[in-house]
Amino acid sequence: MSLVIENLHANVEGTEILKGLSLTIPKGEVHAIMGPNGSGKSTLSKILAGHEDYEVTAGTATMDGADIFELSVDERSREGIFLAFQYPAEVPGVSNANFLRAALQARLPEGEEIDAVAFYHQMYEKMDTLEMDRKFTARAVNEGFSGGEKKRNEILQMMMLEPQYCLLDETDSGLDIDALKVVAKGVNAMRSPDRGFLVITHYQRLLDYIEPDHVHVMSDGQIVKSGDKSLALELEASGYEFLKEGATA
Amino acid sequence: MSFDSDIVEDDTAKAIDIDRSKGDFSFPENHKYDAGRGLTKATVDYICDVKEDPDWVREFRHRALEVFESKPMPTNWATEDLNNIDFDIIRYYLSDGQKPKRSWDEVPPEVLETFERLGIPEQERAFLAGVEAQYDSEASYSNMKDALEKEGVIFVNSKEGLKEHEEIFRPWFGKVIPTGDNKFSALNSAVFSGGSFIYVPKGVKLKQPLQAYFRINSENFGQFERTLIIADEGAEITYMEGCTAPKFETATLHSAVVELVALKGAKIQYITVQNWSSNVYNLVTKRGIAHEDAEVRWIDCNIGSRLTMKYPGVVMKGERARGEVISIALANDGQHQDTGAKMIHAADNTTSNVVSKSISVGEGRSTYRGQVHIPKNLKGCKNNTECDALLINSHSRTDTYPAITVRGNQHVTQHEASVSQVSEEMLFYMQQRGIDEGQAMSLAVNGFINDLVREFPMEYSVELKRLIELEMEGSVG
Repeated sequence: MSLVIENLHANVEGTEILKGLSLTIPKGEVHAIMGPNGSGKSTLSKILAGHEDYEVTAGTATMDGADIFELSVDERSREGIFLAFQYPAEVPGVSNANFLRAALQARLPEGEEIDAVAFYHQMYEKMDTLEMDRKFTARAVNEGFSGGEKKRNEILQMMMLEPQYCLLDETDSGLDIDALKVVAKGVNAMRSPDRGFLVITHYQRLLDYIEPDHVHVMSDGQIVKSGDKSLALELEASGYEFLKEGATA
Repeated sequence: MSFDSDIVEDDTAKAIDIDRSKGDFSFPENHKYDAGRGLTKATVDYICDVKEDPDWVREFRHRALEVFESKPMPTNWATEDLNNIDFDIIRYYLSDGQKPKRSWDEVPPEVLETFERLGIPEQERAFLAGVEAQYDSEASYSNMKDALEKEGVIFVNSKEGLKEHEEIFRPWFGKVIPTGDNKFSALNSAVFSGGSFIYVPKGVKLKQPLQAYFRINSENFGQFERTLIIADEGAEITYMEGCTAPKFETATLHSAVVELVALKGAKIQYITVQNWSSNVYNLVTKRGIAHEDAEVRWIDCNIGSRLTMKYPGVVMKGERARGEVISIALANDGQHQDTGAKMIHAADNTTSNVVSKSISVGEGRSTYRGQVHIPKNLKGCKNNTECDALLINSHSRTDTYPAITVRGNQHVTQHEASVSQVSEEMLFYMQQRGIDEGQAMSLAVNGFINDLVREFPMEYSVELKRLIELEMEGSVG
């Protein structure tokens, strides 16, 4: 049971961003992708989620054997792919509670309704883990949120939707250390043998709190190096300079 | 009895008619009185005869017909689509000749079934103080709680109002909106039938709303109801109207006139949730007069229709009077919502507020026309105007024509306008959470109008949200 990406090539506006990327994320594992700006890290997460700006030109991506490129964005979500956005969109006028309800409702068979009491109970429980104020449920989705609030909200949604594969796109960006710890607590609470994680980050700092099983270095649209968590520490110490030599090696 | 649902199954229709299951059906016509097609003096006389109008009403109608005929179509400022109305094929009066019933049991079966399918008797039981249900030209049902009758509240149709309560009706009738106000107010004045007459005595405050429901059942029919509401000093009333029609092959005309009079310290709140099918021309004139310390509030939701032109107004005639227009318009493919507000300040320290939100989908078009008038000799007047437009896809069109005339410098006015879009990023975000495109659109639209919907009575806000959901689901995929 894995999310398997093989030889993935993708373009945005005619420019090739992914150039034959392969990666396997088995359930139960946390994989981190690091790499310099512009290496295609965020692109990978958006392509897996199905953003229409990106055109897949070759390669495959399967989730537990099923081709995800056959599915629409919302189908992929309901099948279990969750993307925690680097820059979550605002949805003016729609409360967080209503938004989450709509998302959960979309997962139920026709004719079935969410149990409102159980829903609120569950939501409050997760919010407590993330140290979120109860008033938050009535606020419009991401509208006027600070960077930290947006990221917590992403993790709350992830906890509520209980996906099979979680893609975290630079979840640490814009977070102070306290917020980072809270967010990591939420992610760690979700780690399970039934769930795979892809954590995209620019900095090793996040990986102090969300410990990866594997670390991959991405450069120019490909995975160029893989290792265990010590690779992240290496990168922290020596930076991405090695890529310049590594690319020709 | 059979449902002619086949005539409305139109796969090729681009325009999306919302909630077909609910409003899109019609029954075979069963009319004892039919004024025929086209409009002449004879048509007006036919209506007068059938309705047994008093002479003063007959004269009123005749004068109005002349005004209607003399006025050009206002295409110098409004859409050319008005020229597509064929006044010669319209039928101006259709009724079965029955008096409105006070019990649903006595209403003809097909009429009862119509209103049951629209949920009216159920709403009446749940939260209304009284209901008038109009079917084509006349009310089929009219009833009000006994307690209100004992307090002296009058809630009848216009025919009964002008005959049985002439002493209250006549002094105000046609005074808030003169016959010659515009071409369509003149048309209504010539051929009006149905609508409500309401009088709330001094100090009586209605806790529950009165409701009228206007239903068009017949093709090529023109519905011209006339409503006059008078709230005496310190009285309070909320009136709600709902409208639907089945989708016919050809255009249907709805041209109402609604006059509100709020005497000293009175409050009138008038709520419309209109859900016309996409070939109705909906050309309505609505205006209220607010006397000293009185308040007139229009809450107006325009969904559906081919063309709606409606600019509810308030004339603030007494000191400290307040006027408010809250409007929501949703223009889907093939529809044009031309709506707005008129605020006429005619006394010191009067306050008006206009909040308008429009949503344009596909080829749908929204126009806002606002007029705020504060003359030089007044002081301490305030107006706040907000117009927000939401565009869904690049073909949509929205125009704003605010006209704020403020003379003198002792007033405060504020005008804000915004145009926003449901961005691809917002949609992608919602879809990534598992919400399909139609649902995502309807969430975005409901979010856009959310602060206004809160102003609605709960029962209506639920209905409105549901209508928008259906409309948005139909507009994608």
